[in-house]
Amino acid sequence: MAVNFDLTEEQQMIVDSVAKFVANDSNVERFRKLRETPRGWEPQMWEQMGEFGWLGVPFPEEQGGFGGKFVDLALILEQLGRGLVPEPIIPSVVLAGGLISRLGSDEQVTRSLQPMMAGKISLALAYAERQSRYDLHDCRTRAERKGDGWSIRGEKHWVLNGHAADRIVVAARTSGGDRDRDGISLFVVDGDAEGLTRTPVNGMDGHRTGLLRLDDVAVKSERLLGTEGGALPHLEWAIDRGAAAVCAEGQGEIQELFDRTVEYLKERKQFDVPIGTFQALQHKAVDMMGETEVCRSTMILAAIRADSENEEERSSEISAAKLQLTEGGWFVQENAIQLFGGIGVTDEQDEGLFFKRLRVLQGLFGDADWHVDRFQRLRRFDAEVRAEA
Amino acid sequence: MDLSFTPEQLDFRDEVRGWIEKAMPAAIKKKASQGIPYFKQDETMEWHRVLAEKGWIAPNWPKEYGGTGWDVTQRYLFQQELVRANTPELSPFGLNMVGPLLIQFGSDEQKARFLPRILSGEEVWCQGYSEPNAGSDLANLQLRAEKDGDDYVLNGQKTWTTYAQYADWIFVLARTSSAGKKQEGITFLLADVKNTPGITVKPFLTTGGTDAFSETWFQDARVPQANRVGPEDGGWTMAKALLGHERTLIGGVAQSGKWIQVVKRIARDTPVGDDCLLDDPAFRRRIARLEMRHRAVNMVNLRTLAAAQLGHAPGAESSILKIVGTELYQEVTELTLDAMGHDALGWFDSPAEALPEAERWVASQFNYLRACTIYGGSNEIQKNIVSKHILRLPTA
Repeated sequence: MAVNFDLTEEQQMIVDSVAKFVANDSNVERFRKLRETPRGWEPQMWEQMGEFGWLGVPFPEEQGGFGGKFVDLALILEQLGRGLVPEPIIPSVVLAGGLISRLGSDEQVTRSLQPMMAGKISLALAYAERQSRYDLHDCRTRAERKGDGWSIRGEKHWVLNGHAADRIVVAARTSGGDRDRDGISLFVVDGDAEGLTRTPVNGMDGHRTGLLRLDDVAVKSERLLGTEGGALPHLEWAIDRGAAAVCAEGQGEIQELFDRTVEYLKERKQFDVPIGTFQALQHKAVDMMGETEVCRSTMILAAIRADSENEEERSSEISAAKLQLTEGGWFVQENAIQLFGGIGVTDEQDEGLFFKRLRVLQGLFGDADWHVDRFQRLRRFDAEVRAEA
Repeated sequence: MDLSFTPEQLDFRDEVRGWIEKAMPAAIKKKASQGIPYFKQDETMEWHRVLAEKGWIAPNWPKEYGGTGWDVTQRYLFQQELVRANTPELSPFGLNMVGPLLIQFGSDEQKARFLPRILSGEEVWCQGYSEPNAGSDLANLQLRAEKDGDDYVLNGQKTWTTYAQYADWIFVLARTSSAGKKQEGITFLLADVKNTPGITVKPFLTTGGTDAFSETWFQDARVPQANRVGPEDGGWTMAKALLGHERTLIGGVAQSGKWIQVVKRIARDTPVGDDCLLDDPAFRRRIARLEMRHRAVNMVNLRTLAAAQLGHAPGAESSILKIVGTELYQEVTELTLDAMGHDALGWFDSPAEALPEAERWVASQFNYLRACTIYGGSNEIQKNIVSKHILRLPTA
């Protein structure tokens, strides 16, 4: 049957095991400790995730992956979101890993993708720049031919896991003007490359990211990923999947905030009764449930469509999901804090951590306005009514 | 988890599409092609009979009672095709409300008597639930039914008996006992509107200017006891079950999707200087936002359908569907009105040269659809239900 939202037996098993992992090995307390550390996550845990097979889920078997679908990974991310698990799956598996799997030579797959799948190394994708906002084609970092390789110069902002990654996929312009669609290339740069300066940046959510300066970083020609100058569609593909991935992780945080709020309404007493007896708060809670369900529905569709090679089909559903994460999710998180009251604004209460993580996810890979604008520019948006005229 | 259509399912969709194209009566098709049609009762019933003849009138019924035997995907595709072709919306009171209720709770005699005529369209139904003092507090209903011989004798008034003036039958919640909790003395009865002395129907206008509303009066109206569904004083269970059937259908999700297409057409045909409104990025973004929201709500709808098909009890998603669906439905009508500019201010009886045919019924529907967050249990009542039964929040 085609329309089926039930998890397969396999998917249910993965979800159960990840949920168990979060409960036993990576609860919010663990995240609280890690947010005080320079790296923000643990290599031993990363290796364990590799052993579990989670890091190889969306990659084909011939590359050593699990041969799963994106939605399988989304289900894992959703569960990890419930525990604020900080290991860098989105930058390593979805972004950089996705691009290496898609474009990489056998050598690149062996050198960078496979050790990542095993949890031996982590990856990052450096694409955003100070002026680019969410526009992927706005790329001023340049790579010029030098000897039999390349030399890269520029600055990359807000590189998820950029502070810690062993290998970084860097988008750099090899030809054309600063905002041309053509002329962007991808390079796999070592984290310890000469000329690469990484400044750790603390996120609002307690995660670390990197500010990268590339001062004539030399890369060998075999580090070019994919064809010269033709990276943009692939970059768009990867960022789309990044957006689908943050919707998946964010769903875990949304669900957690909602569940915790409902529990609190039952426990917290004022005026001698549980505050959940008040209709004004009950209706708020129901509206939160509504948005939680809408977000979940659209997240699932986006995760399914993330595997589509039809660009309009893929990006329209992912934009719709990202809009819901950003607006529906926001409704849940703002009201969660409101219903917890003053205690919800304290650092010692966990809800604030979920709130902040969600807000960061909402700001990644295009905000609400960017996705709405992209959606209205899709050919399919008005093709049908134009054709009738 | 899967959301792709198989080649067989796409063949099915094409078959449905082709059939609708051929089967739609010419007059209906002409109206349907104009965007937002407003169909009169006789047109709706004509389309009902066309579908009935084909055997496609009640996809949501079990096959042994005249359903199609389609799975959820086929039903979804069928519904999508009806909406795509702008076919008249069928009267839900028989097909989606009392029909499923009779299948669940009716006696064999009642099923044999009523179901075939609901399917054929021979008998049209209306709903006798609300009363002037029993709106959101439905259990407060006062219409009395007293036993006398083989009959119940009914006295009182029902309101919001939508399209009762066209109905042959009405299903009624009546009070048979005042002892105990007010939910406990209610009985579910079926009454012949046209042939029962003492039943009077008075239609009245909606703010949309249409005659959808009516009130129905009962004065010593006799209803045979054989027309009672379920036990005496057991009607509240029926009432809730029926509202459950109703609720999954009144989110208006498919209709919202149709309106989004309509607003694009209107924007295309609305000149702004030398361009058209559909070229205005600011307005396009407003449409895009609602279309994106519609996709999301439509997925909730699909999840509800899929869960039902797999035999799961209605989950959280069905309970919130009415709320989020109707809120969206109203927003879409509001945007359509905004698209029309001055034309939005006109009424459906304006001369043709003043108001294009496609826009003629928009203002009427915009006004009438303020009802969608009210009917079927107001959205606030829905929230009370969800709060109590799903979130299990305490009551004062």
